[in-house]
Amino acid sequence: PALGLFLFTIARDPLRIIILIAGAFFWLVSLLLSSLIWFIAVRASNPQDEPLQKGLLIFGVMFSVLLQEVFRFLYYKLLRKAIEGLVALSDDGCSPISIQQMAYVAGVGFGLMSGAFSMINLLADSLGPGTVGIHGDSQLYFLTSAFMTMVLIFLHTFWGVLFFHGCEHRRWWEIAAVVIMHLTVSGSTFCNPLYVGSLVPSYLLMASAAAWAYLVSGGSAQNLRRFLLCK
Amino acid sequence: SGSCQGNSVERKIYIPLNKTAPCVRLLNATHQIGCQSSMSGDTGVIHVVEKEEDLSWVLTDGPHPPYMVVLDGNLFNRKVMLQLKGTSRVSGLAVAVAKPSPPQGFSPGLQCPNDGFGVYSKDYGPQFAHCNKTVWNPLGTGLSYEDFHFPIFLLEDANETQVIKQCYQDHNVPRGGSEPQYPLCAMQLFSHMHAVTSTVTCMRRSSLQSTFSINPEILCDPLLDYNVWSTLHPINSSGKVEPEKEVVMVATRIDSHSFFWNLAPGAESAVSSFVTHLAAAEALRKVPDVHLLPRNVMFTFFQGETFDYIGSSRMVYDMEQDKFPLRLDNIHSFVELNQVALRSSSVLWMHTDPVSRMNESVAAQVRNLLDILSNSSRGANVTLQEVGFSQPLPPSSFQRFLRARHIPGVVLTDHQSAFENRYYQSIYDTPENIHVQYPEGLSPEETLEFVTDTAKALAEVATVVARALYQLAGGANSTSAIQADPRTVTRMLYGFLIKMNNSWFQSIIKPDLKGILGGVPQHYVAVSSPVNTTYLVQFVLANLTGTVVNLTKEECQNPEKAPSTEKEMYDYAWVQGSLEPNSTSRVPFCVRSTVHLSKALSPAFELRQWESTEYSTWTESRWKEIRARIFLVASKELEIITLVVGVVILLFSLLATYFINAKADILFSAPRDPSAVSY
Repeated sequence: PALGLFLFTIARDPLRIIILIAGAFFWLVSLLLSSLIWFIAVRASNPQDEPLQKGLLIFGVMFSVLLQEVFRFLYYKLLRKAIEGLVALSDDGCSPISIQQMAYVAGVGFGLMSGAFSMINLLADSLGPGTVGIHGDSQLYFLTSAFMTMVLIFLHTFWGVLFFHGCEHRRWWEIAAVVIMHLTVSGSTFCNPLYVGSLVPSYLLMASAAAWAYLVSGGSAQNLRRFLLCK
Repeated sequence: SGSCQGNSVERKIYIPLNKTAPCVRLLNATHQIGCQSSMSGDTGVIHVVEKEEDLSWVLTDGPHPPYMVVLDGNLFNRKVMLQLKGTSRVSGLAVAVAKPSPPQGFSPGLQCPNDGFGVYSKDYGPQFAHCNKTVWNPLGTGLSYEDFHFPIFLLEDANETQVIKQCYQDHNVPRGGSEPQYPLCAMQLFSHMHAVTSTVTCMRRSSLQSTFSINPEILCDPLLDYNVWSTLHPINSSGKVEPEKEVVMVATRIDSHSFFWNLAPGAESAVSSFVTHLAAAEALRKVPDVHLLPRNVMFTFFQGETFDYIGSSRMVYDMEQDKFPLRLDNIHSFVELNQVALRSSSVLWMHTDPVSRMNESVAAQVRNLLDILSNSSRGANVTLQEVGFSQPLPPSSFQRFLRARHIPGVVLTDHQSAFENRYYQSIYDTPENIHVQYPEGLSPEETLEFVTDTAKALAEVATVVARALYQLAGGANSTSAIQADPRTVTRMLYGFLIKMNNSWFQSIIKPDLKGILGGVPQHYVAVSSPVNTTYLVQFVLANLTGTVVNLTKEECQNPEKAPSTEKEMYDYAWVQGSLEPNSTSRVPFCVRSTVHLSKALSPAFELRQWESTEYSTWTESRWKEIRARIFLVASKELEIITLVVGVVILLFSLLATYFINAKADILFSAPRDPSAVSY
């Protein structure tokens, strides 16, 4: 799905490509900082203490989520400044790209980078002859990881739209909702290997985020009906 | 593969097997032996074979070929191996060490070791050639000399073997008569060898590479090392000894082999003989009038004898080509010690060559030699008996000397005809094979000094040999005072069989060679030289037969600068000495000895005659990586389902995105923001 989104909606416009890459970079920097904090915390603590390590991992994940959202906010600020610049440069006083489109592209950027990080090392290891399971893990590890990555990419896209919309119109509860949703999804992964505990809530949240983002971007139920019936 | 250890997904999938030994490829002039795997390793579903009936699953019944067989050590015999070799349903083999050693004996060596490279051929004693008269190693299966097209590894650690068997029990055992369900437990072995066909092919390709390529890829290396030799009276090692000076040569081999690479405990086949030899050298050195003896005695330790007499053939060649201080004319007589630890009812057998004894003068000298030996055994707990005229010499370095000159000589062994050693050249030729046992609860220092019965028995043999050598060298006095020291013998046995890193070995080596003392001692002649065994034999011989001299470190390491050191006659070594009591520093000192190393590389490689049938042509292939790991494999159905699901989602998402994009103006009404642009 991410490939489809990229091909049909982003690849044509160089400005969107730039925003995509910059968004991916912002996500990468946030991951780097959060992993640095986690690494220092782990090194400074006792490696034999299991509950402490688990606790540190949970703390690391939550901290990373918050840092990602902070970077999303910083990116919003940067794009706002960029719009003013684009308006100044344009002929007719209109920016060639709207803030909603930027929001969407930024969300896709975040999602792509997060997806790449989640899947690339799995794909590399899946090239060998073995599959997961000798220590008792589920055989469906690769499949469920792939589905989880897909849902995260979609979620990042919709969160981008919602987040920027909330910042634009000063609706702090939208921003808070995005953060809470992100925390929930990341926290649900601790249910793994009980995959139903992480995949099902994530897909439900994705459906609701999709609906909300659609409504926020100017869609409505009638439009949807017209779209489906026209087909 | 190759990624760092921290990758947690890789750790979820693979369990690496660390304590394994591979079987590698060796080549000679005409054949290749050993094992080979594919470039990217061989994978197979694990099947544990503990009795012969389990084999039918692998060979015919099992539904998921190819199989990776985990074989119990007691079933590692010729019959099973030939069955596995003949089928294509086997992709590899892992042998679990049998504890205790197989009671019926096990030897992967040949029944007629080093046949064709000794002295007996169709031109010399044809009735004795090719073991027509006596089969020396009747338990030999010849497995080491077979060529296998799949990798074979040895599982040395019982814990790892248990992990593999547990994985097999959990996943691969058929339940209720039906075939086992995926996921199945599988193993992958990597041991890709670069050399093929024979030494001729491999050396030709390597020389082409080194001539024409900027970054030459050498495919194989000849087996080489160094012989250790020392003389009772010092001789000029760079000069020549006059023809009228006579030397009595004593020889033993110091290497062994097993089916697996770099695993060769060689307790009975090598260690017993050279430890006895070292003890005899020490005993002879202590005789007060040793400098008055008319004849010299040369103690020689040959490397590479297991592979068609590499060391001894090279020394004979050097002697014939005048590249060695001695010539064949100087040798007055020859005494060799072969396997001597398993004497039954304390009998030691004397073997001679019946063909050369048909000459009268040689027969008289041999008779004299045998009488001196018998005299020396009086009073010791050793009975020397002659083997009759009807038997040839056993495989020994002496045979190479006989090929060149009819020297009177004798080979001392503990077996009359067939070997007493039931584990000749195998992984089971361990200290237990020669009954070296220590009581429980001793510290390493106490174990080092504890005198075992085996040590006492070997010391008896060494006493007899030392007394005989004294008389052979022309000594006239009584020999009853010449005694080998069992305490030295037991320390050497401990160091060469059980633990090299002990306090005595640490005190006699040079400070910069501390790294050679590690792990369980193995005595394989490898391709990088000198190996640990050669170094240790050199240092032990220097310690036992040399003298401590009062030189400083600089003088000892550069003897040409110090006055009156006679650098050509002696070898000076600065050894690190023993630990001071209650401290961690050592007291080093300088040892002056007559110990020298001489290169043991087969003359075939010097002469570049790689197809030679006269000299040894053994080479060892090179390889990039050798490792083993186990994991689960998924069924083909699951793999295809995953792929199809992915492709379906891809196509569906492409279609959906296209349509949403095309009809975007229907889906999204004009936004409130006036600066909108249409999709």
